[in-house]
Amino acid sequence: MTLDTRTKRFILLGLILSVVVAVVVSQFASSSPDGLEYVADNQGFTDTADDHAFADSPLADYGSGVTDTDWVGTAVAGLVGVAVTFGVVYGLFWITRRRNPKAST
Amino acid sequence: MHIPDGIINGTTSAGYAAVAAGGLGVALRRTGAHLSEREVPLAALVAAFVFAAQMVNFPVIAGMSGHLLGGVLAAVLVGPATGFVVISVVLLVQGLVFADGGLSALGLNIVNMGLLGAIGGYALFRLVARTLRGHDRGVAFAAATAAFVSVPLAAASFIVQFAIGGTADVSLGKVAAAMMGSHVLIGIGESIITAVVVGAVMASRPDLVFGARLQSQDAPV
Repeated sequence: MTLDTRTKRFILLGLILSVVVAVVVSQFASSSPDGLEYVADNQGFTDTADDHAFADSPLADYGSGVTDTDWVGTAVAGLVGVAVTFGVVYGLFWITRRRNPKAST
Repeated sequence: MHIPDGIINGTTSAGYAAVAAGGLGVALRRTGAHLSEREVPLAALVAAFVFAAQMVNFPVIAGMSGHLLGGVLAAVLVGPATGFVVISVVLLVQGLVFADGGLSALGLNIVNMGLLGAIGGYALFRLVARTLRGHDRGVAFAAATAAFVSVPLAAASFIVQFAIGGTADVSLGKVAAAMMGSHVLIGIGESIITAVVVGAVMASRPDLVFGARLQSQDAPV
């Protein structure tokens, strides 16, 4: 991986910002239903939704099952989510890139 | 905007899953051929940022919030095909790890927020960006415009999905009106966040913005 220093610094700063948003700013997120949930509630089709297959996992609903302390669960979910999304996209593009010998530089 | 399981029937969900999978196959072949080495960590960063931003629901009206969809943001920063893959991975992680968005509904969600958001959104962005060629803030403005439209576009796609395979016996007209009305408002938030982020990257590292290439390539020398 050959990245110039400026770009490396940009990626690092961007990651720090993402962690701050996911761990800190997310604590102040509105807990109201989002647009689709709101419409489903008002139009009466919320009850047609099934429970999520992983509804009981600790990270379900962004960490509600991690601890009894809400902010800790949210923080853990934020940190895990940033790390996993970054890692999966990095890995996916790295693999698909290397499989193609004609990849442009 | 994440559709849970059960709202749209299995046949419709499976059809959309096939469309999403086919689209992702094409997109990955494209990124495999075109994505340069330094774009890989950038794409990963955009995924992490979109995930983070989606955690921050903003209040829209009393009792309703909205959150970034991120399709236009991702497409303008790293390109439409890459952006589509990025949003799809975010949706996959949200569904598998955070129980947000039904697993059977993944295809529906990928089409609404990924395919339409990134690929459709980028087409809108191009349209606006071309007319603003040479303007200082043309890229950010075009991104903001496309981002605004992308939210009601995703809502319209949900309405189509609901019309085809909705399991509830409710008025389609009322659902459509409520979806469009609420998501036009949420689009304002999408537009502001997209403008701020694209504007900030354009101010610091315009060379990293995929959507800015369009302008420089097209600009008469």
